[in-house]
Amino acid sequence: MKFLYLIWGNLRRKKTRTVLTLLSIVVAFVLYGFLSAIKQALTGGVSLEGANRLIVRHKVSIIQLLPESYKRRMQKIPGVAAVTHQTWFGGIYQDPKKFFMQNPVVPDEFLDMHPEILLPAEQRQAWLQTRTGAIVGRKTAERFNWKIGDKVPIQSSIWSKKNGSFLWEFDIVGIFDGREKNTDTTPMFFRYDYFDEARRGGTGQVGWYTVRVQDTARPAEVAKLVDAEFENSSYETKTEAEGAFVQAWAKQIGDIALITASILGAVFFTILLVTGNTISQSVRERTGELGLLKAIGFTNAQMLALVLAESCLLAVLGGVIGLGAAWLLTSHGDPTGGMLPLYFFPARDVIAGFAMCVALGLVTGLLPALQAMRLRVADSLRRI
Amino acid sequence: MSGPVNWLSQIAAVTKFGLLSIPQRRASVAAATIGIAGVVAVLVGVLSIAAGFRRAMAASGSPDAALVLRSGADTEMVSGFLRDSTRIIADAPGVARTPEGPLASAELFVIINLPKISTGSDVNVPLRGVERAALKVREGLKVVKGRMFEWGRDEVIVGIGAAREFDGLQVGDKLKVGRYLWPVVGIFSAGGGAADSEIWSDATVLQAAYHRGDSFQSVFIKLKSPEAFNEFKDAVTTDPRINAQVFRQADYYAENSASVTRLITTLGYLIASLMAIGAVFGALNTMYSSVSARNREIATLRALGFGSGAVVASVMLESIALAILGGVVGAGLSYVAFNGFHTATMNWQSFSQVTFALAVTPELLVQGVVWATLIGAIGGLLPAIRAARQPIATALWEL
Repeated sequence: MKFLYLIWGNLRRKKTRTVLTLLSIVVAFVLYGFLSAIKQALTGGVSLEGANRLIVRHKVSIIQLLPESYKRRMQKIPGVAAVTHQTWFGGIYQDPKKFFMQNPVVPDEFLDMHPEILLPAEQRQAWLQTRTGAIVGRKTAERFNWKIGDKVPIQSSIWSKKNGSFLWEFDIVGIFDGREKNTDTTPMFFRYDYFDEARRGGTGQVGWYTVRVQDTARPAEVAKLVDAEFENSSYETKTEAEGAFVQAWAKQIGDIALITASILGAVFFTILLVTGNTISQSVRERTGELGLLKAIGFTNAQMLALVLAESCLLAVLGGVIGLGAAWLLTSHGDPTGGMLPLYFFPARDVIAGFAMCVALGLVTGLLPALQAMRLRVADSLRRI
Repeated sequence: MSGPVNWLSQIAAVTKFGLLSIPQRRASVAAATIGIAGVVAVLVGVLSIAAGFRRAMAASGSPDAALVLRSGADTEMVSGFLRDSTRIIADAPGVARTPEGPLASAELFVIINLPKISTGSDVNVPLRGVERAALKVREGLKVVKGRMFEWGRDEVIVGIGAAREFDGLQVGDKLKVGRYLWPVVGIFSAGGGAADSEIWSDATVLQAAYHRGDSFQSVFIKLKSPEAFNEFKDAVTTDPRINAQVFRQADYYAENSASVTRLITTLGYLIASLMAIGAVFGALNTMYSSVSARNREIATLRALGFGSGAVVASVMLESIALAILGGVVGAGLSYVAFNGFHTATMNWQSFSQVTFALAVTPELLVQGVVWATLIGAIGGLLPAIRAARQPIATALWEL
């Protein structure tokens, strides 16, 4: 610790250079934060709650419907604790570009299945009593400035009412929050009984099922039992864990992990070059001083530590500022206007980022530190 | 000597000093140049994804090609027509006709789950049921391997992009559709358009397999001429028997690709801007050290009467030259690495895969070099000003 002043002094020797290097490290970590948030947005909708939930869909593809009568058959399968269903409504509010999801659900079953959706008790009650009632997530409610009691018209692209109209009206009876940070609060949910009675065509058919397995049962085995139950029927099913379902969805977009890793690779390689170069330059300029330090009794280990500490201090300082700035910038939310509802900088990536900046400091400092350590006193003093 | 010539020769002299001293500063120069190359490579690389996607969608419709969907349906996925309606649409004025009948193909569009070869996970691949006119409605579509499926039989042909990206779609393979196994009998190419990502079968066969009765989702039309579009559109949209909307195919696909290209472009610029800021710091560092290494030389020249303008110009020149070098290297790298690279992504409008090739277009290359030049200019400006402002006496004192 007593050398901290010395290290600090060395960094201040050329302020412009230190500040510029620091800033490029900051930028690298801001970029890292953005990429983590994007990756989170594209792959992240997997919650702990989802671990014992399965998604059951039509075997051929998710756009094909399943009979509502499957619910009773699923409830009888050993290991199944609860069953509920959702259906893709494909609605538009005002502008097709302002996309958000709206699905008809059975309110009680749905809320019990998804404890991560927080709805005040009186709003839940109101939903159960209002046939045309709908609940909407906080983000969408704020986006469109919807209040409880509002009537909202939604144009469905798929479902028409019995009178042939595609325009549906719902009463907002509740606004829900997410219990966890990665709970999506952009969707709207309305009542299946109202939907099923009012729609023309498709009566008694639903999009997909969510199944909660009993705590003692194994999800993979239950999934097999569900698929076996409906094998050779005209609606065969495919059942998978909710996490696997969400990740498969993300993989449809492309191999996001690979793309993110390659961009980060390019960035860190560049920063490594710039920082490494700066540090070795400043070590070279100080050859005489370092020789002097050795002459007055600094050991090899101390020399190594001195230079490494300098590079690490620079990297960690830059890293912490960068991660902090990324945290602030990403907390404003989705930069694309609605396409990435789960956009935030996850805590585990912040920790990984911190580890990365320490590593950056060590790697960039290593070569110059070795140079300093191997310095021969006589040679270096001759240069003065 | 006249003014401008003198000034130019001053710039040349100072620039020469700078360039000759590069070998002594090679590490720092290389770091800055590679940094800029990195920025340009990433920028061009990310934007080439958007350009390739847009190109695939844009290649999907000539000016005389139209598409009819149910009113209110923004994609084929959610549209629907009964056969009566599709007949009325096919017989509308403006549709091109041959002795066999109007050039109109009523089609079904569904998706099917198949494993993607690159990731091994299941993705939604579009499966399209077509009528006989389909091949004439789409320009440049031809079977490149195997043969066309026979009408009325359980056979499919596969787009060249789909065959490349998804598993089990080679000629001779059998495609599992629900409980049916349909042999793949041919591979077709649609010249890079959206149909390249699709699997095709006879519409009536697909109707039966998907319990669709006698219904379709869209009608693809070849018009008599591009100008016949309005005539056709008016006839279809005002007909009280049908409830339809009409697009030019090119507009429909452009609309379809807008959200994906916007997403990729936004993210691409965001990433590249941040990297560019980092690269500016790298360039600043390099140029500051370049200037400070030559403090005495510059001061000497100025003591001899060189103008400070010449000093600024020459430092900027050096910085921009290095940056352009980096930019060209970066653009070249990304061209070699990305251009023509085949991939597939999800079209969020239809929830199904679109295969495409990344396109590093000349515009992107130019854009990359322009970014490099800007980085170089910004990175050179402050050090140049510092060099020009340095009091001559102080700098010479260091001698």
